[in-house]
Amino acid sequence: MDTEILARIQFAFTVAFHYIYPPLSIGLGLLMVIFESIYVRTKKKEYHVLAKFWTKIFALTFGIGVVTGIVMEFEFGTNWAVYSRYVGDVFGSALAAEGIFAFALESGFLGVLLFGWNRVKPWVHLVATVGVFLGSMFSAIWIVVANSWQQTPAGYHIVGEGLNARAEITDFWAMVFNPSSVDRLLHVWLGAFLAGAFLVLSVHAYYLIKGRYVDISKKAFKIALVVATVFSLSQLASGHSSAEGVAVYQPAKLAAMEGHFAANAPADMYILGWVDKEQQRVSGIKIPGGLSFLMHYNFNSPVTGLTAFPKDERPPQVNAVFQFYHIMVAIGMTLILLTCLAVFFWFKKSLFEKKWLLWIFVFAAILPQIANQVGWFTAEMGRQPWVVYGLLRTSEAFSQAVTSNQILFSLILFFAVYSLLFLLFVYLLNKKIKHGPYDESEDDDRPLTKGITEVLTGNA
Amino acid sequence: METFLGIDYPTWWFLVVGGLFSGYAILDGFDFGAGAWHLFFKSGYQRRIALNAVGPVWDGNEVWLVIGGGALFAGFPLMYATFFSSMYIPFMLFLVFIIFRAIAIEFRGKEEMKWWRKLWDTCYSISSIMLAFLLGIVLGNVLQGIAIGENYLYQEAGFFEFLNPYSLMTGCTSLALFMAHGAIYLLLKTEGRMFAKLTLLLKKGMIFFMVSFGITTLYTLLYIPHLSDDFKQNPYLFIIPVLTFLSIANVPRLANKKRFRIAFFFSSLTIAFLLMLVAIELYPNLLMSSIDPKYHIDIYNSASSTKSLKIMMTFVAIGGPLVLGYTIFVYRTFKGKVQLDETSY
Repeated sequence: MDTEILARIQFAFTVAFHYIYPPLSIGLGLLMVIFESIYVRTKKKEYHVLAKFWTKIFALTFGIGVVTGIVMEFEFGTNWAVYSRYVGDVFGSALAAEGIFAFALESGFLGVLLFGWNRVKPWVHLVATVGVFLGSMFSAIWIVVANSWQQTPAGYHIVGEGLNARAEITDFWAMVFNPSSVDRLLHVWLGAFLAGAFLVLSVHAYYLIKGRYVDISKKAFKIALVVATVFSLSQLASGHSSAEGVAVYQPAKLAAMEGHFAANAPADMYILGWVDKEQQRVSGIKIPGGLSFLMHYNFNSPVTGLTAFPKDERPPQVNAVFQFYHIMVAIGMTLILLTCLAVFFWFKKSLFEKKWLLWIFVFAAILPQIANQVGWFTAEMGRQPWVVYGLLRTSEAFSQAVTSNQILFSLILFFAVYSLLFLLFVYLLNKKIKHGPYDESEDDDRPLTKGITEVLTGNA
Repeated sequence: METFLGIDYPTWWFLVVGGLFSGYAILDGFDFGAGAWHLFFKSGYQRRIALNAVGPVWDGNEVWLVIGGGALFAGFPLMYATFFSSMYIPFMLFLVFIIFRAIAIEFRGKEEMKWWRKLWDTCYSISSIMLAFLLGIVLGNVLQGIAIGENYLYQEAGFFEFLNPYSLMTGCTSLALFMAHGAIYLLLKTEGRMFAKLTLLLKKGMIFFMVSFGITTLYTLLYIPHLSDDFKQNPYLFIIPVLTFLSIANVPRLANKKRFRIAFFFSSLTIAFLLMLVAIELYPNLLMSSIDPKYHIDIYNSASSTKSLKIMMTFVAIGGPLVLGYTIFVYRTFKGKVQLDETSY
């Protein structure tokens, strides 16, 4: 296989694997902050237990997120050298901001969050939890800004020619607030909150079904349900707004998402379908003119189709983009349905008797994960053949100094190590869930709790 | 070229990157070093203490690598691209070992079986050793120069180009340096018999370091003379090697007096001085071409635009003090000897 394909497979594999974890860290972070704030305000022990329990699971996702994240950063240089040279001036400042403002904040407070329960006073600990949560939110800001710049470049100019051409920043804020960054950031944040909330729902639904830790699980389930309901509804609005942006700035991607070929005609919206790229047609269940309506509030408005673009500027994998996009939308709708149903039964005071619904929630934790993955696949495959939209082609961006044998070697290594890592994750997650939220030594309230002054002055 | 306080922006960013990598080497250095000694402790309890000495901080230490790498990417994208693609295999191995090490740390304590603990202890130690070694290997290649040609692209693409006598020597030196550094960190964190054992291990570590450092220095002076050019032109810079040697000598002196806290400070300082030597040897180059000096990648031909560097300097001015703040916060919280509790590994 050639170097480009292998480099793309390796990047897709490692980034998809990486992206299992950061959304969980962000989402669980939010719930930990909520649980712990309630504890600090009300001093109710059960919220302390919840905060501690979810911190342990958070620790697992965070650790894997960090190590798999280092891989991503290195791969820019190792596998995408031309890309790195081209975007470094712009992308670099976003990455540097991520390091300085986000990662340092997260990692700084992480030690206290994980190991400081007996070392510092409760509210000092809460400060650490909030610090880690904010760090993960900031981290999303900068990486989404960097990626959005690749989708809708702004605030730059091109200097140099050929291999030595590169984008240089002209307006930092225009780069940060490029046309797609705000929409996409909200979409990513909401997706992350949903991933976290649905994991909490899943585990506590499981406990409720098994009749373990019932009181505490009811409390946690309700809180997570509120979070999940609010954000799955917001995600609908955010998704719509994102799509409107794509229509304006990346029309080829939008056309691929709905398999719309005709250069300038009303576009349909499919519920399900299959794209035949050769015949340039889609077969499936559709709402005629649906996409036109969504974009222009008129079923007959024309939408730019794929044939409006030269062949070498269309996303090559139209059907894949179409399918990934539709899976994402279908899951989004399912999440709204599920949460609203649960809220309905909650108001009828029969939520926790509906075993079948709880069982659905046990398995629903996988849904936001899948939606996050396929959403990114839509975004990244829909941008092809460009790595930086309209400026740099993916086929020109990979490292020329690296041979296909080297990539094959590293790909096999990553595959082996990540399989082991994933097994470890599932094993540990299962173990922590089976073990439950209570520790044997829960009553070990040692006197050694430092207040903020002791920590700051260094008096142990 | 625009300057700030009389120093141009690429040089400022060179200093920032140097500072970040020094911070990274000092921090992850002691936890790689501690890991390298792991199998020297025979009892399960001692191994658990050793692991928990780095337990609360290893994650955070690795973040310094992400930040340092990001800073290099942002400030000198051309260097980042050529450097990482030319050192493909060592960097990939580095990544695999860093993940493997994390797996071992998390896995070890989860089951009681003897073979289980032994397996992960071995993985933990070997990956720590390999990481320290690979950092040295990469540094050795940078110092020696690599085959950069037309368009600043790397010209060789062999599997084992990165292994050569000099890089093996620098690899041993960095391993030895981190082992000595890690032993002192563990001394600060342990008591009783383990403490006594570590005082002996530290002596071994120091000797290992002195020997490998001596040989590497000699090799550098004899076979890579161009690295001394900056020192020849600016004789006052000789103060840096003098201070480096004094700082190195101070470590065993203080360790003999059982003043480990200051000894740790001086072993950190030693790491910083050694990297300062590297920085002076290279400056203004970042990556020297073994093919033709006209292909040297330096801080000027690889730098991002002044505008970009200025933005990032602003980040550093705002973010730097914050980072220092929370790092101190964490180390203060966990000051003193390791206490195992239910949150430990």
